[in-house]
Amino acid sequence: METQFSGILTGILAFPFVAAIIILFIDKEQKEVIRTIAAFATGASLILAALVFFTYDTEAARTANAGLIDSGSGLLTFQFVDKVTWIKELGVSYQLGVDGLAAPMVLLTGLASFAGVMISWGIEDRVREFMAFFLLLVAGVYGVFLSTDIFLLLFFYELAIFPMYFLIAGWGWVELREYASMKLTLYILIGSVIALVGILVLYFEAGSFFTENPDLLPATSESAYSFDFNHIQYAAQQGAFDDPQYLGLGKEVTVATFWFPFIFLGFAVLAGIFPFHNWSPDGHVAAPTAVSMIHAGVLMKLGALTAIRLGVQLLPDGARVHLPWIIFLALVNVVYGAFIAFRQRDFKYVIGFSSVSHMGLVSLGVATMNTTGMTGAGLQMFSHGVMTALFFACVGMVYDRAHTRDIPSLGGFIKKMPLVAIAFIIGGLVSMGMPGLSGFVAEFPIFVGVWRGIPELIWNNENHPEWATSLTSGGANYYGLIGIAAALGIILTAAYVLRVVGQVFFGEFDEEKFPDIPPIRIQDRVAIYMLTAWLIVLGVYPKLMSDMIESAVQPVVGLLTGSK
Amino acid sequence: MDVNWLDANYLAWLIPVPPLISFMLIILFTGRNKVLSHSIAVGSVVLSFLMAFGVFLKATGTDDFGFHETTLRIFGDDITWMDVGLSEFKMGVAVDPLTAVMLFMVPIAMLMIFIYSVGYMGAYPDDDPHKIRYSRFFAYLSLFAGGMLTLVVADNLLLLFMGWEIMGLCSYLLIGFLFEKKSAQQAAVKAFMTTRVADVLMLVGIGYLYAEAGTLKFHEIFFANNAEIIERLGNADQTGYIGLSAASIIGLLLVIGTIGKSAQFPLHAWLPDAMEGPTPVSAMIHAAAMVSAGVYAVIRVFPLLEAGGNPHHAEYTAPLILMGVIGSITALGAAILGVGQNDIKRVLAYSTISQLGFMVAALGIGAYVAAAFHLITHAFFKALLFMSSGAVIHAMEHGEHAAEHGHGHDEHGHDEHHTHDEHAHGHGSYTWADLNAKIEHGIEAGHLQPGERTPYGTDYVGPNGELPDDAEWKTSIPQGLKPDFVAKPNNIALMGGLRHKIPVTAYAMLAGSASLVGFPLITAGFWSKDEIIADAMTFITNSGQFEGHSPWLHMLVFFSLVIAATFTAFYTTRMWLLTFWGKPRSAMAEHATLMNHVDPEELAKAQTSTKKFWLQYSNSALMQGPLVVLAFFAIFAGFVGIHGDFPVLEWFTGSHNFFHEFVGASLLHEPATVPFKIWPVLVSVLAFSIGAGFAYVKYGVPRDSYEKDPVQNMVGDPVWQALKDRFGFDTLYLATFYRGFEWFGRVFSYRKVDKETIDGILETVAVVFNNIGEAIKRFNHVIIDGVGDGIPQLIGLSGRWFRNLQSGRVQQYLLFTAVMLLAIGLFFVLRVL
Repeated sequence: METQFSGILTGILAFPFVAAIIILFIDKEQKEVIRTIAAFATGASLILAALVFFTYDTEAARTANAGLIDSGSGLLTFQFVDKVTWIKELGVSYQLGVDGLAAPMVLLTGLASFAGVMISWGIEDRVREFMAFFLLLVAGVYGVFLSTDIFLLLFFYELAIFPMYFLIAGWGWVELREYASMKLTLYILIGSVIALVGILVLYFEAGSFFTENPDLLPATSESAYSFDFNHIQYAAQQGAFDDPQYLGLGKEVTVATFWFPFIFLGFAVLAGIFPFHNWSPDGHVAAPTAVSMIHAGVLMKLGALTAIRLGVQLLPDGARVHLPWIIFLALVNVVYGAFIAFRQRDFKYVIGFSSVSHMGLVSLGVATMNTTGMTGAGLQMFSHGVMTALFFACVGMVYDRAHTRDIPSLGGFIKKMPLVAIAFIIGGLVSMGMPGLSGFVAEFPIFVGVWRGIPELIWNNENHPEWATSLTSGGANYYGLIGIAAALGIILTAAYVLRVVGQVFFGEFDEEKFPDIPPIRIQDRVAIYMLTAWLIVLGVYPKLMSDMIESAVQPVVGLLTGSK
Repeated sequence: MDVNWLDANYLAWLIPVPPLISFMLIILFTGRNKVLSHSIAVGSVVLSFLMAFGVFLKATGTDDFGFHETTLRIFGDDITWMDVGLSEFKMGVAVDPLTAVMLFMVPIAMLMIFIYSVGYMGAYPDDDPHKIRYSRFFAYLSLFAGGMLTLVVADNLLLLFMGWEIMGLCSYLLIGFLFEKKSAQQAAVKAFMTTRVADVLMLVGIGYLYAEAGTLKFHEIFFANNAEIIERLGNADQTGYIGLSAASIIGLLLVIGTIGKSAQFPLHAWLPDAMEGPTPVSAMIHAAAMVSAGVYAVIRVFPLLEAGGNPHHAEYTAPLILMGVIGSITALGAAILGVGQNDIKRVLAYSTISQLGFMVAALGIGAYVAAAFHLITHAFFKALLFMSSGAVIHAMEHGEHAAEHGHGHDEHGHDEHHTHDEHAHGHGSYTWADLNAKIEHGIEAGHLQPGERTPYGTDYVGPNGELPDDAEWKTSIPQGLKPDFVAKPNNIALMGGLRHKIPVTAYAMLAGSASLVGFPLITAGFWSKDEIIADAMTFITNSGQFEGHSPWLHMLVFFSLVIAATFTAFYTTRMWLLTFWGKPRSAMAEHATLMNHVDPEELAKAQTSTKKFWLQYSNSALMQGPLVVLAFFAIFAGFVGIHGDFPVLEWFTGSHNFFHEFVGASLLHEPATVPFKIWPVLVSVLAFSIGAGFAYVKYGVPRDSYEKDPVQNMVGDPVWQALKDRFGFDTLYLATFYRGFEWFGRVFSYRKVDKETIDGILETVAVVFNNIGEAIKRFNHVIIDGVGDGIPQLIGLSGRWFRNLQSGRVQQYLLFTAVMLLAIGLFFVLRVL
């Protein structure tokens, strides 16, 4: 196997990882040193992530993936590749790379993690352990976004989960932390274990397929058995997972159609898909601020991106059959989460359920199976990540000062914390899809994508629901009706955002109840400015990111609509 | 890139820019300096006005501007904005004839509103919230203007939608400008949420259109390849759902957007409450910007709405029917409600709703040009009316202040600076500023009696005068203003005789009112309303054109609008007479004035008479100056759209309807003018005469005190109360939608499904797993551990047992040997047997 090494991505991964280890060797009373190291490490990763984002060559990616885009066959080309063989016998390699979907996510991780360290400056309790776990979490998250070897990806996936448990259980909200951390870990682990079984099936199926047909083996693979993403994807293209009568379950059931729901939903648990969403609001609420930011801002995207990559991209045949019903789950997410957010008394639960609702839009975009909707999903992942990180930062700052998150007890905070209030309002406007901000440029393509739902994909397959046919005429489909229904979620979003803004930031400030509201720190300001800037820049000029994401979803759509 | 920004193609880009920059400058830098802030704001609008006027002149000076035969001659430019799979999404600006006339009306109206605002906001005392947040007001107003201008110059639906939403946001900020006042906050939320519901559906429609057409540019959709896209979308066999064509579904969704934005039934309830904002905002919302934007948008996309049908032949499409029916209901219903209002701004609010209904209904029957024409004239006279009402209210507030302090004459009334808070307490009235104090603290102090009606409704006062559970009260959005609550300075029942106090306002408002009621021949409103009625009346005067189709929508629109016009004439005349006619009916009206609060010492110090005048009358001049300008347009703006064949006036029109010919070129197929008939004119005149004449009979009599409204005497108390309660829509919506959503969110979704079902399942699973775990634990303990531990235990046990064998005692060995021999012997014996 040829070894490639550009080092940038390894650098992104190494900074937090190494810093976590260094911190463990520092005296625990040296809090300022520990924080500085953490800030330096996440900052360095952020700079490298920005470098990757801004130097990613979209045109080259389009050219290199032309085969996939046009006919759904070929190998996916990644950029900034680092590639070293790791366990040759199993076909495992240390292999990093980014495509147009991962690059914005890496940037998002950089932003959220750096902002997270900034926000956590005030933590005084066991700073060393907190920062070490936090950096480990960040390293794990980066690892998932960067890995192009499935074994490595799953390794990092689990690596990202376990510090979450300790961070929530150790530094979270006392009343809920044990319950929430356990709930979160169990949900995600069970999801990923189910998916893992599916992935192993694919690994062995691909292996036996290439053993039987060694001439079909892609040029990049050395042996029939490999965890290389492209290896398995290529096997899927060659029909390795197409044999009907899988497990003797009938002529429609193939490896792809059987395992797709397990793999997709297994990872989508982490994206908060209904009805597996309940871990997320509890987790958000229980977690300390910085962890909530990473959790809602980045971790949920990890689930979504992995579901796209290992679900849709590896098993397009399965996706075609199952996404037309999974879109209903996404719809429920959007509306249902918004309804619940509307009626929460706890400030943080509002944001927690809003994440459920907004991640539903991501799933909705993916389920459209067309470039427009999936581009929207990609934009929504970034936009929601930044927005929700900002939300949790604001909530955390209010909570740290008011010592309550009970919405009716708060009020008038715009007078004491104007910057936080304005940041929260901007975040709120993003979440309700106000044009000129990033939320709009994400939601609009999703809705267009829903209307564009490709009838050929949905109808020309035997598994489509019969009842839906009667609703439509002229070759259209029920996707449009889902778009109208999902609009309700957007309306409710405006309602709960206005409610929170009105009750927490406007109205009268009670000097007696909150006699001492210290000003926010300079670090908090840095975090707020950094996150807010992205929401506005992306909203005004979305081409900055939409082009890149489009170039990455085109191959996926190519796989979905390809020769079959 | 070499761009000549003075070229009309690029100049359109720049028109919305100055107000947007003004917004940022004021918010970021100049907030502390009031004079600088309002100068920047006014200056930015002047700049926009100049550029827009330049573009307008260029457009009117261009031959065959618009769409003529095969040539498309408009101004515009675009840039790539986003890639989302279909095609590059291009953002751009375009000026076609329709845009050009909007570029004439909008900046003029806005400029007047801005100048007026300087006077209006300046007239408040220094410690009033209006004055404290003075700069912020101009920032928001600038953003509002920027949004509207963006919407006007947009060449695609998405940019239009952006301007649309910016205005929605600004209306929220401005209606809730006095955010200490709960009713203002509620009104702001109500306005934002109601329009938001419609906006989101509109966005879904835009999404559908983009998905189907692959572009959102108006001119690509409506004109490219001889309107090929429209042709395809209008065909129900090829596209769409449930028997409707794609164009119909898109059209319905876009019209819903307008129903929200232009406050049409049933989404009209937010607009009367939007009066909570400062009056210039009302003028902005009602005239120059927001609600006009709604109608502008449907006019803009009209070719899409009529795709697949032809309203001139009574082939109505679904969106047209929706518009015709909703417009008729709204025009008539709001006109009826206008009769029962005593709040001067609320009368105007209902008149706005009603007039917008006229436009929407006109579009429903395909009267494209008439709707656009009425949009323009309405904007002028409604801006005028609102700003006049603001001047009236200001004068009344000053009068209230003066009357309270017992000064004999208004000129001396303002030597002390009191906030509105203070004198409101003195009166025990429910002016806004003391509301919170009353609600929160006043009950214990005995200001409110148990069950007494507060502007929040009786709910808040329990049987013993206590508030409901505090937390519960704050978590639920409180009830809106009681529909029949009227603030004292706004109450026309307490006015009267103001024409002697504020004559400029009185006669400017007379001009505006005359235009609104359609005073024949000399007002703008007459010509535009007449054109709508003429278009609707074709089913009588030119019935041949329908080719056998039933023109039922034309009939509906015609009868509704004629009745609505009669009511309009009635309530407008009533309003003007009650306000300005007769004698003052309260101390407030007695002392009403628009003069400044001036410190007498300062006045004495002023050297020149000019300076003295300015000290006393600056705000008065700033407020009333714009009224005069707008009064000009309210009267004369109609002359551009006179029917070419109107008798006698032919010498003026030269047999051309200028407006029709210019704006008509915005459509691919220029709409035909309705042949001139005298009947529609007579109907218009008759409607005006009946309504206004009747009002004069009832209200023209000078009366000293105001006891019972003549209308109340006529229709009886229950009907009168129903009118004042706005037919109960507000209460109904609160009871159904808000409470319903709340219930769904709190009880159904969260408690039932999330907590009980899903978590319930989870808990059941947890319990089951716990039990399984317990079972396994026991299994583990008993069986596995039993086996696992049992084997060594058994070995140990047997070891111990065997150890006992080797005790070293010979007798025992002997005994064992004997027993074994016996046993073996027995075994063999038994076997043999």
